[in-house]
Amino acid sequence: MSAALARAGRVALVPALAIFSALAVGGLIIVVSDSTALRDWSSFVANPGRALSTSWDVVSGAYGALFRTSLGGRRAISETLLEATPLVLTGLSVTFAFRAGLFNIGGDGQFLAGALTSVYVGFSLDIPAALHLPLALAAGVAAGALWGGIAGVLKARTGAHEVITTIMLNFVALRLVDYALSTDVFRRTGRSDPISKQVLETARLPRFSDDLRVHAGLVLALVTAYGVWWLLFRSTTGFRVRAVGASPSAARYAGMAVGGTWVLSMLVAGGLAGLAGATTVLGVRFSLTGGFSNLGFDAIALALLGRSHPAGVVAAALLFGVLRAGATGMAAEASTPVDIIVVIQALVIVFVAAPSLIRSVYRIGAGRGTGPVAFSSSWGS
Amino acid sequence: MRVELRGITKRFPGVVANADVDLEVDGGQVLALLGENGAGKSTLMNVLFGLYEPDGGEILLDGSPVRFASPAASIAAGIGMVHQHFMLVPVFSVLENVMLGVETTTRLGGLDRRAARARLVELSAAYNLQVDPDADVEDLSVGAQQRVEILKALYRQADCLILDEPTAVLTPPEIDDLFRIITTLTESGRSVIFISHKLGEVRRIADRITVLRRGEVVGTTTPAESSEADLAALMVGREVQLVVDKSPARPGQPVLRVEGLRVLDERGVAVVDGVSFEVAAGEIVAVAGVQGNGQTELVEALAGLRAVDAGTVHLDGEDVTGLQPRRLLERGMAHVPEDRQRDGVVGAFPVRDNLVLNTFRRRPFARGLRIDRRAIRDNASRLMADFDIRAASPEVAAATLSGGNQQKVIVAREFGHADRLLIAAQPTRGLDVGSIQYIHRRIVDKRDEGAAVLLVSTELDEVLALADRVIVVFRGHIVGTVPRADATRDHLGLLMAGATA
Ligand SMILES: Nc1ncnc2c1ncn2[C@@H]1O[C@H](COP(=O)(O)OP(=O)(O)OP(=O)(O)O)[C@@H](O)[C@H]1O
Ligand SMILES: [Mg+2]
Repeated sequence: MSAALARAGRVALVPALAIFSALAVGGLIIVVSDSTALRDWSSFVANPGRALSTSWDVVSGAYGALFRTSLGGRRAISETLLEATPLVLTGLSVTFAFRAGLFNIGGDGQFLAGALTSVYVGFSLDIPAALHLPLALAAGVAAGALWGGIAGVLKARTGAHEVITTIMLNFVALRLVDYALSTDVFRRTGRSDPISKQVLETARLPRFSDDLRVHAGLVLALVTAYGVWWLLFRSTTGFRVRAVGASPSAARYAGMAVGGTWVLSMLVAGGLAGLAGATTVLGVRFSLTGGFSNLGFDAIALALLGRSHPAGVVAAALLFGVLRAGATGMAAEASTPVDIIVVIQALVIVFVAAPSLIRSVYRIGAGRGTGPVAFSSSWGS
Repeated sequence: MRVELRGITKRFPGVVANADVDLEVDGGQVLALLGENGAGKSTLMNVLFGLYEPDGGEILLDGSPVRFASPAASIAAGIGMVHQHFMLVPVFSVLENVMLGVETTTRLGGLDRRAARARLVELSAAYNLQVDPDADVEDLSVGAQQRVEILKALYRQADCLILDEPTAVLTPPEIDDLFRIITTLTESGRSVIFISHKLGEVRRIADRITVLRRGEVVGTTTPAESSEADLAALMVGREVQLVVDKSPARPGQPVLRVEGLRVLDERGVAVVDGVSFEVAAGEIVAVAGVQGNGQTELVEALAGLRAVDAGTVHLDGEDVTGLQPRRLLERGMAHVPEDRQRDGVVGAFPVRDNLVLNTFRRRPFARGLRIDRRAIRDNASRLMADFDIRAASPEVAAATLSGGNQQKVIVAREFGHADRLLIAAQPTRGLDVGSIQYIHRRIVDKRDEGAAVLLVSTELDEVLALADRVIVVFRGHIVGTVPRADATRDHLGLLMAGATA
């Protein structure tokens, strides 16, 4: 037990320091972008104390607001969890594909495919909730899986690189949604802007409490994370997926169908992103508007931050949830630009992606004797 | 250059790869480094080459102590190394590979290819290392790639050249070439450290021989003082019988029947053509031939990994032509692939998972979809003990194992399900004498249990030690089928060179 904890601690050390460093650098940027603080720094020689105290006030004000609106109280935590829900799922999507050696850049397209289908089932059928909600969710998963599966089949059959095909499919999905929202089938009656009809009550994900927005999709996401972990590390399917991802040729020699595994992995990855789309329209928005969610791109960062492990992805999604939920509060209370959050997210990723940078800044050994054969689950190898 | 290692110690998590090792080689000398798989030879050389930092000890070049923080530092000090697994960029030309890292530039900042080419050509001529500077490395034979590696080291003005198992993948004429090159190098005052498991070779080329066992030096000797049997005993720590005893084969029903097989390579050239043969239960048939005469493609076609262009393959009377590897596996076929690093193990997977790489779907390793981790662990402990696989634990990544131990992982896995047919391609390449003997014993046992064995080997010694019948291939055709009783080294050698029987 304590050995397992120690290992978890070692694994979490670099991401933790990366987050800390990102907040520190983010703090500097906040200071630099604040006109009062900047003015005080220009008279630093005359009054060094004031420059420092203004800076401190600016940064602590901003971060204070950030954490108050994301973690201070049940409303705040609810918003954080709400933001984290789809991130967990899209992060898992990228993780699953990555374990099979594939880069799923198509999270956004799969998300949209799932959302569009779920919305349709959600507003068009008039059936009891016990059937309606599961059906709407399943439809979203299936559509996402199909969207991902196309890239998988193209890769297995023709060798077309999944990075290219998934990006293309993102745009196809985007335009498809635009088109759908322009038709009478989808467009809300009496509206000229692209917004879909409302999901019926029977297809909505229940909330934990009437005054909180966080919904049962969170539970679904966490259960799915456990399921993905089990599938990857405890099932024969996961064994095959990981073997194909680590060495396609050895997997082929061992009698595994490499192409089939790619297709399967993209189906699963697409299904996960599709579920993210489904929970978003069935849990919070209850309708669909056009445009990318960008959740698919953030998911790549999440998988990287979570070291392609479901538990890590959940942790990373919660972190991003904090940042996103806190961003609005920070802008409102401390009038720090929301963009700073994007910068901090980016910095976290830069620091995580460059563990040797973190290691040299904090002088942590790389673990003696690993030598040239180091096995991080490095991206791009 | 005189190179001395004093008291070198190198630890990995759970293993002491080198324990207080002393070693020395003088300019103009060839020192052979011998030792079992996993004895720590490559590690020691990686320390000398600056890839690993030792946990203790020192390195002296011409008497003065040095410390290498990186290969760049050791290269600058005159050390060159040709690794067990080559480190060339396949899509670069020979010239580009040689220049890589020590590019000279023209005044405008472009690559000075002209000067580099001139030096390369000069070196090739001086040491009789023939390669085309403009050929892409991926198109070269293994022997030629090795010449590129040596040229790379010489181009960086290596005074001491380390060759880690250079002969494992060479044909006999290529080995002769290599030895000529080594002699030229020592004549010009360079020192050479040569690692090999082939005791005959070691005695032929070495001036001195240092033997490692489990990370420690157990003796230093000369070819004159020690016979092959002495060296083997010193390495392994017990008497080693160099050839296995086996009773005459008692062949039963044919298991594998190949008729009129034609297989194409990537360019669409028939590299196996009109090949027909049979292997019966309880019989070892060896396919002998010089590397590159279609053996690789033949094996891939039989194992379901390459399309069959024409002809049929029958297993136990059933037509299995073109079946997927998994289906063949279910029918009792096992395959020890030739390229172990690429095809045999998943380097990033732990040893225990590699030991069930193709049986993980079956009981007891899986129940339905669920993997039984206890069964996989138990299997690993059993096989690691049975096959004497040296690894710190079943949890370590297969890529950290020494080459020989990786091979044992594959052999241990494949022998477990070779109920009907075992196809073993170069099963003992890179293995130490003790392990070779052990694997040979296992192959004969498999035969005696009634499996059909198809052995593909470029080593005549191995063919002669194991085969009940020998098929000789040359340029994709069978040029002779020789019963063991009539197979002599000279006769097979002639056939392998293309003389018709
Ligand atoms: N990077 C590494 N991490 C952990 N253990 C390692 C690493 N490299 C080597 N080892 C271990 O160190 C020991 C010595 O390995 P080494 O590769 O030096 O053997 P070797 O003598 O070259 O064997 P072979 O003849 O099979 O090539 C082995 O037990 C091996 O498993
Ligand atoms: Mg070695």
